[in-house]
Amino acid sequence: MSTSDDKAKADALTDTGKQPEQDKPEKGNGASGSIPFFFLVGFIASLLVGWVVFPEFLYSEKKQPIDFNHALHVDMVDEGCESCHFFREDGSFSGVPGLAQCIECHEEAQTDHPEEVKFVTQYVEKYREVPWLVYSRQPNCVFFSHAAHVRLAKMDCVTCHGPIGESTHSRIYEENRITGLSRDIWGRNIAGIKRNSWDRMKMDDCAECHAEAAEKTASEGEAPIEGFFNNIIRIAFPGSLSGRKSSVQTQHEACFVCHK
Amino acid sequence: MKMDRRSFLSFLIGGAAGTTLSPLPWKLTDDLAIWSQNWPWTPVPAGGEVTFVETTCMLCPGGCGVTVRKVGDRAVKIEGTPGHPVNGGGICILGLSGLQLLYGPTRVPAPLRRAGGRGENRWEKISWDDALALVVEKLAALRENRLSHTLACISGTDGGTVGRLMERFLTVYGSPNFIRTPSMRDAYEMTLHLMQGVQASAGFDVENTDFILSFGSGILEGWGSPVRMFRAHSAWKENGAKVVQIEPRLSNTAAKSDKWLPVNPGTEGALALGLAHVILKESLHRREFVDFYAWGLDRWKNEVLSKWTPEEVEAVTGIDKSTTVALARSFAGAGRPLALCGRGKGSIPGSIGEFMAVHALNALVGNINRKGGVWAVPGPDYIRWPEVEMDATAAAGMQQPRVDGAGTEKYIFARHLLHRVPEMVAAADPSLVQALFILEANPYYTLSDPALLKKAWDKIPFIVSFSSFMDETAQNADLILPNHMYLERYEDVPYAEGFNKPYIGLAKPVVHPQFSTMHAGDVILRLAKALGDPVQKAFPWEDYEGCLDETFGDALETLRETGYRVEADFAPGSGYPAFGTASGRFEFISEESRDAGMQAMVQPQGEEPAFPLILIPFDSQRLANGYIGDPPFVIKTVPDTVLKGDALFVEVHPETAKAIGLSEGKAALLATPKGQARVRVHLFEGIMPGLVGIPTGLGHHAYDGYLAGKGVNANALMGPVEDGASGLNAAWGIRAKLSRV
Repeated sequence: MSTSDDKAKADALTDTGKQPEQDKPEKGNGASGSIPFFFLVGFIASLLVGWVVFPEFLYSEKKQPIDFNHALHVDMVDEGCESCHFFREDGSFSGVPGLAQCIECHEEAQTDHPEEVKFVTQYVEKYREVPWLVYSRQPNCVFFSHAAHVRLAKMDCVTCHGPIGESTHSRIYEENRITGLSRDIWGRNIAGIKRNSWDRMKMDDCAECHAEAAEKTASEGEAPIEGFFNNIIRIAFPGSLSGRKSSVQTQHEACFVCHK
Repeated sequence: MKMDRRSFLSFLIGGAAGTTLSPLPWKLTDDLAIWSQNWPWTPVPAGGEVTFVETTCMLCPGGCGVTVRKVGDRAVKIEGTPGHPVNGGGICILGLSGLQLLYGPTRVPAPLRRAGGRGENRWEKISWDDALALVVEKLAALRENRLSHTLACISGTDGGTVGRLMERFLTVYGSPNFIRTPSMRDAYEMTLHLMQGVQASAGFDVENTDFILSFGSGILEGWGSPVRMFRAHSAWKENGAKVVQIEPRLSNTAAKSDKWLPVNPGTEGALALGLAHVILKESLHRREFVDFYAWGLDRWKNEVLSKWTPEEVEAVTGIDKSTTVALARSFAGAGRPLALCGRGKGSIPGSIGEFMAVHALNALVGNINRKGGVWAVPGPDYIRWPEVEMDATAAAGMQQPRVDGAGTEKYIFARHLLHRVPEMVAAADPSLVQALFILEANPYYTLSDPALLKKAWDKIPFIVSFSSFMDETAQNADLILPNHMYLERYEDVPYAEGFNKPYIGLAKPVVHPQFSTMHAGDVILRLAKALGDPVQKAFPWEDYEGCLDETFGDALETLRETGYRVEADFAPGSGYPAFGTASGRFEFISEESRDAGMQAMVQPQGEEPAFPLILIPFDSQRLANGYIGDPPFVIKTVPDTVLKGDALFVEVHPETAKAIGLSEGKAALLATPKGQARVRVHLFEGIMPGLVGIPTGLGHHAYDGYLAGKGVNANALMGPVEDGASGLNAAWGIRAKLSRV
């Protein structure tokens, strides 16, 4: 504070009846509008980044090595999906077919279709496995048993995998740059909102079915007081209690149904 | 609009608010969690179809049956095959680590021709056609100049099709120099020949014995068929069988035995004769056997009774005479006693006197060809190829004496004497060996006397290694023709070491060859073809598998299915003359060689006082010391008291160390007449004072970073010591000096 200021104030105070004119420094609040303005700028920008820019850049687009026509092939086989995606003798699931399976028919090109020709020349003749990009691949921490769901629970392929059998072209594989997994896992919708059961396959989506199944069997034969407390647990931790172990294979409940 | 500090802050707060209301933080957190699971060092098993392939392990002569689990095309785990006659589902640490050898960086990926000087490890990849043409050129030239006998082959395998193909190649080419790598097999074969007149391997019915007298045999160190021995050892513990271990050092075997007799090194044979003395003196021997089946007992008995009294033996071995007497009594008094010899893993042949003394003990207790005893197991006889037709060059070549002198006057009973080769090659000009093949062996590492070895090596103009791995021999060769590794090829395994029944294992390819390698059998066939008749004529097979098919005929199908063939109802001594000696009986003193058994002990090289201590090598199940070097899994199990970082520890008794002024862990210079090395000292009360114990299997310079440069090669500090009677290498140690640095 300069002495001249002091002096001015002092002078001002000595004047009777007169209020000194105060030079109020700029207070941002409303006075210049810049604070709410920048708040809004930041707010809207970050919303845009979070909802639009982020999903845009998070995923890279990849094409399947061969543009595979499911509908065409399903027509030609007898057992639908299971003709090529089947259970092995030891109960494990074969997953995406290997070259050996395709070669059963495609030892030589059956048509002139450029994709088939590409398949035969670049893969069959060189005995190179096709590096298919698997939409349904889960992270390594997940244990999933096809046998439990298809053979035991008699679920339909479409429930989790969608109507891929009807497709005539291979979809673009949108790969999450951070995880390496397909966009199909989190779901196309960045908010995680889904319409069909196959739109999303995160843990909560698996848990939906498991919680239902658990609750259906759980409350059978429970005493009222037990039921009262168990219901609380069921609401807080859905799927964690069940009348029978919810995994036949692992004989464990809760987390250990899917995480070993 | 000017942005001042507060505006900037409100911008940030707005940004934060918006971010929270967007999916970004939640999705990002979830994604990062999954990202961390993808880090490359987190092991994740591959997906794919699971299959199992049964094969036979070939990493040591044990002959274990193994089952390899595969996921898709990749082998992921090796385990012992349950119910297998040799290893019954068990597996050793080396066998378990086979996949590291299969997929590891020491694999030779293609034929390599040396670029630069020998040992510089600079190579040029060439095609198989070029590589084979190179060899053919050299061999054809030698043959033309009537020097076919200067081709030699050092082979780790001899009884199976591959070893026999190589031997056949040399024969029809015109060279007698097929030299098998040394081991106790040499001594046991000679012992059975001299004392029983049979051409057989020694088999031991270890599962049925109740008293094991082991003269330094590393039962838990890798002797014989290691897994079989481990299992038998466990059974002994359960059945109450007694184990007496005779060796100067407290090995694992000694530590687990019922009685450990620390004998002066090299005097095990003397102790055996001392025990024989007591047994004979007190008539504790099995009369039924000795009276009906033995020959020459009286002469031998006189010799033993006069020379090897317990007092004499005590002076030599350091074993108290009352102990000797008590031991003889309990050994002879046991139900089914069995004496074993072959120090450690049996990598060094040993003195014939020692082997005959121990075998005589077995004869005295009547366990020859009996339950729980030593059985003469006839060699594999399934190879019945037509005789080779030799031309004049070949015949002339075959008349030449072998480079190693085996079969010549001085070494009449020996069949292979590899240790003599460096000496013979170094001495002559021009070199007695002009071309050298090395198959399933690593002699540049395993042969002792490094100075002489290098001198001889440098004199051989053309050296070809068939090794699958860049080992020391390959590194110092001129051309490498890499064989498929055992998990990539078909091959018959003609025996399991020490197994008491005729046994054939079949090694099958578990995976496709991972590199541009070729089966050694196929290489031999192609070389033969290129050389033309008469060599070509001796090999009427299209390829190795064709040869295998023809050799086994219908039996191959069964062999493929079960993985092995055992003559389950083999009864030793039946169906063929048990004793093919001139007398038709077991000969305590061999008529063929009266002197053979006389020298029971061999002295170490070196003189006092320059070398006041004695260095003894010791073997360990954790240190592969032959053709194969330790894979990373195995070397990691070697304790810090043996190897720490790159430093090798030698075992010294605290008293000895104190006298020199060395304490635990101190660096020292270990010198022998053959070389010297820097080591560190580990004080160990389990080794006799005056001795220095050095582990074998370390000191590699080739292989990968997990093995190369670690420790010291015990072979480099030793030299061969020829047993006078047989010519076999009987070096069990060497005089040494340990000094402070």
